[in-house]
Amino acid sequence: MNASGGRHALRSSLNGIARFVLVLATTLLGLVAITFFIGRVVPIDPVLAIVGDRAPPQVYERARQELGLDRPLIEQFAIYVKKAATGDFGNSVLTTNPVMSDIANVFPATLELATLGVLIGIFIGVPLGVLAAVRRGSLIDQFVRVLGLAGYSIPIFWLGLMGLLLFYAKLGWVAGPGRIDVTYSYLYTPVTNIVLLDTAMQGQWDAFWDAVSHIILPACLLGYFSLAYISRMTRSFMLNELAQEYVIAARVKGLSEFRVIWRHALRNAAVPLVTVIALSYANLLEGSVLTETVFAWPGLGQYITNSLQNADMNAVLGGTLVIGAVFVLLNLVSDLLYRLLDPRTR
Amino acid sequence: MKRFSKFLLSAALVTTMATSFAAVQAATPPDTLVQAWQSDDIISLDPAEIFEFSSSEIAGNTYERLINYDPKDVSKIYGEVAESWTVSPDGKTFTFKIRQGKKFASGNPITAEDVVFSLQRAIILDKSPAFILGQFGFTKDNAKDKIKQTGPFELTMELDKAYAPTFVLYCLTSTVASVVDKKLAMQNEKDGDMGYNWLKTKYAGSGPYVIRDWKANEVLVLERNPNYDKKTPLARVIYRHIKETATQRLLLEKGDVDIARNLNPEELNALAKNPDIKIQNGPKGTVYYLGLNQKNPNLAKPEVREALKWLVDYSAIADTIMKNQGEVHQAFLPKGFLGAINDTPYKLDVAKAKDLLAKAGLKDGFSVTMDTRSTPQITGIAQAMQSTFAQAGVKLEIIPGDSKQTLTKYRARQHDIYIGNWGADYQDPNTNADTFAANDDNSDNAKAKPLAWRNSWDPGPLTAKTRAAVMERDPEKRAQMYKELQEAVLKDGPFVTFLQQVEVMALRKNVDGVVIGPSFDMNSVAQAKKN
Repeated sequence: MNASGGRHALRSSLNGIARFVLVLATTLLGLVAITFFIGRVVPIDPVLAIVGDRAPPQVYERARQELGLDRPLIEQFAIYVKKAATGDFGNSVLTTNPVMSDIANVFPATLELATLGVLIGIFIGVPLGVLAAVRRGSLIDQFVRVLGLAGYSIPIFWLGLMGLLLFYAKLGWVAGPGRIDVTYSYLYTPVTNIVLLDTAMQGQWDAFWDAVSHIILPACLLGYFSLAYISRMTRSFMLNELAQEYVIAARVKGLSEFRVIWRHALRNAAVPLVTVIALSYANLLEGSVLTETVFAWPGLGQYITNSLQNADMNAVLGGTLVIGAVFVLLNLVSDLLYRLLDPRTR
Repeated sequence: MKRFSKFLLSAALVTTMATSFAAVQAATPPDTLVQAWQSDDIISLDPAEIFEFSSSEIAGNTYERLINYDPKDVSKIYGEVAESWTVSPDGKTFTFKIRQGKKFASGNPITAEDVVFSLQRAIILDKSPAFILGQFGFTKDNAKDKIKQTGPFELTMELDKAYAPTFVLYCLTSTVASVVDKKLAMQNEKDGDMGYNWLKTKYAGSGPYVIRDWKANEVLVLERNPNYDKKTPLARVIYRHIKETATQRLLLEKGDVDIARNLNPEELNALAKNPDIKIQNGPKGTVYYLGLNQKNPNLAKPEVREALKWLVDYSAIADTIMKNQGEVHQAFLPKGFLGAINDTPYKLDVAKAKDLLAKAGLKDGFSVTMDTRSTPQITGIAQAMQSTFAQAGVKLEIIPGDSKQTLTKYRARQHDIYIGNWGADYQDPNTNADTFAANDDNSDNAKAKPLAWRNSWDPGPLTAKTRAAVMERDPEKRAQMYKELQEAVLKDGPFVTFLQQVEVMALRKNVDGVVIGPSFDMNSVAQAKKN
C-alpha cells in the first residue's frame, strides 16, 4: 500500500467513526423523543404506580410534582434529555432503583440467554441450511423446510410450556424456570451478572452446572427460533452461490466437494448471512418477553413490558435506549464483518 | 461434516451433564419454604410506605405492631408490642404500656421511644398509608406534640376528637403502625429523611422473620429472627416472583416450590387430583363490584341501578369463573367486619329487571360500556354479565384494557360501568363506608376521590351518617349504623357488589401452619413448618 492509500484509509476510517457517532446520536435522540411522547400520551396515570389508588390527594399531588408532570410536555422532555446526557436516567418507579442499575441487572440475563440462543441458531442453522441447499429437494431439504415453517408458526410461549412440561416436569432432564436454584444463588457474588460467567470465574462449579441446567431449555428454544430463520436464509443464499460460475470453475479445477461448498460457496454466502445473523441476535437481545415470562427469566423484555404497563416511563425510556444502542452497535459490527469478508467493500 | 457431528456430540454431552445434575435437585431444603408468587407490586419495604398486597404480607411477617387482632376472630384485639392500654374518660387520650425485655432483630431493645418514633415518622413522611393515622388529627406539624413518650415503656396519643375506640385500635393494627428500630433507622438517615431511602429496600423490625434480600421482580428472602419471642420452625422463607401461573403450577408439582399463590380455577381443579398437593383458602377483605357512573343518564335512574342488581347471576359466577376464589357477597362491608351484612337479597331475576327497566322508560333496554381489566377472571365475569344483561335487552359492550389504564379512566369519571375490586385499607368498617357511602364534594375537581365520587354519586345524608359512625363509642350502636349504611347503598347505591374475594393457595402436602388471614398483612408463615 502506498502513502496516499494509507492516508485515504485513515481518512475513511475517521469518517467511518464520525458517521457512526452521528448515527448513534441521532438514532438514540429520535428513539428517546418518540418513546417519550408516546409515553406521555398513553392513557395511564404514572402517579398511580408510585402512590397507588388509595393515596390521599396531597400525597398524589406531591408525587405528581416530583415526577414533573405538572410542567409543559416540551419542558419535561428537555429536562429528561439534559439529565440523560449526563448519564442520569432517573429512577424506576417500580423497583425504586436508578434505571441504569436495573438495566445492569436485567440486561446481562437477556444477553446470556440471547447469546447462547443465537450460537445454537448459528451452529445448527448454518450447516442445516447448507445441507438443504446442496441436497436440494432431498429428504434433508424437506426436513429443514418443515423445521423452518414450524419455527415461524408455533407460538413461542406454547412451545416453552410444552418444553417445560416434557423436559422439566416429566423427564426431569433440565431444571425449571428461573436462572439458578435459590440454594445456589447466594454461593457466588454477582460481578458481571452473567450467571454462567460469574459462577465459573469464582469456581462455583455446582452453581455453574445448575445455571447451565436452567438456561439450556430456554436457550434451545430461542436457538430454535433463530435457527428456523437462519437455516432458511442460508439455504437461499447458498442456492444463489452454487449457481455461480466460480463454483463450476472450482469444481473443474478438481477441488473436493467439501472445499467447494464450505470454503468457496459458503464464504461468499456468509456476507449477506452476517446481516441476517446480526438481525436475529438483535431480536433476541430485545428480550423475548414471552420466553422470559414462561421461564421466569428476569430479563430486559420483561422489565420493559412490566414498566410500560405501569407507565414507569423512566424505565421504559432507559430500556428502549439500550435496545437502540444494541441495534446500532450490531449494525456496526456487521458492517465491519462485511468489510472483513468481502474485499470489494474495503 | 465431521466437525458438525463433533459439535452435536459435545452439545449432547453438555446437556447430559447438566441434566444428570438437575435430576438430583428436586425438593426444596427442609428448613426453607419456597413460594411462587406474582409479587411485582412491591415498590417499597418501608412500613411507612407499604400499601400493596405483597409488601403488606412481607411487613406482617417481619414487623410487629403496637397492637394486633386475631385473624380467626377479628373482634379480638390484643397487644403485640403493647402490654396494655387505657383510654381517658373523655375518649381523646390513649395510653400504651410497652412490654419490657423485647428486642429488635438488630439486638436493640424495644422501648416506647421506638414506638413513638415509628408513629411520628409515618405521619411526617406522609406516604400513601399515612392517612390511616392522620384520621385522628395528626399532622406533620403536631405529630411530635400529640404522640409523646411518657416513660421508658409508656406513651400517650392525644386525638383531636373522641373517636370510637374500636376505630382507633383497628387503625393501629395496620402495617403503617409497625414498630421500627429507631436507632438503626436513624443510623441510616440522609438529609433528614428518617432513614426512608435506606428502609425502602432494607429492614429494621422485630417480627418473626428478617428481610435478608430483595431483588425486585425476582426474589425476596426472609430469614429467622433469632431475637423473636417465638422461634419460627423454618430458617428461611423465599418468595420467588413467577408471573406465569402455568409455570407456578409446574414448579409446585415438581417440588421446586412449596406453595403456588396465583393459580387459576382450572389449574386448581387439575391439582385437586394430585396426592402431593393440598388446597387451602380463606376469605379476604376485598369485594368485587360494578361501579355505575351517574353521569350516564340511564344509569342515573334508580330503577336502572336496581334492575342491574337483578341481572347478575351471582351464584353462577362464584361457582364457575371464581370457583375457590370468591363467594357471593352483596354488601360493601366484607364478612368479618363489624356490622357486616351477610344476607344476599339479590339473585338473577330477568322478569323483575325487565319490569324495572320498563318503569324507567327503557322497555327495549339500552346500550352501555364497561371498562374491564384484561385478566382472565375479570374478563370471564364481564362476559357472564354481558349475557345476563342481554336477557333484559341491556347491551353491554366490554372495553378491555390494562389495569392501570382502566383505573386511570375510572379515576377521571370517564367510564359508564367499571368492574373493580376494593380491599379494605384497615380492619375497621369505616374504611369501606368512607369510600362507598360518603362523598363530601361531588364536583369534578374535588380533591378526594372516594368510590362514590368516582361514580359521580352524591350519597346525601349517608355522608353525614358515615362521619357520625366513626364517633359512636357504643360498639353495638356503631354496628347498627353500619348495617343501615350498607342497606341504603345496597338498595339505591350505584354499586353492584357481587363477590367477596377468597384467597387460595396450593401447597405441597408436607407444608403446615400457613395462615391465610382476612387481609394480606395477616397472611402468616411465622409458624409454618415442613413435615
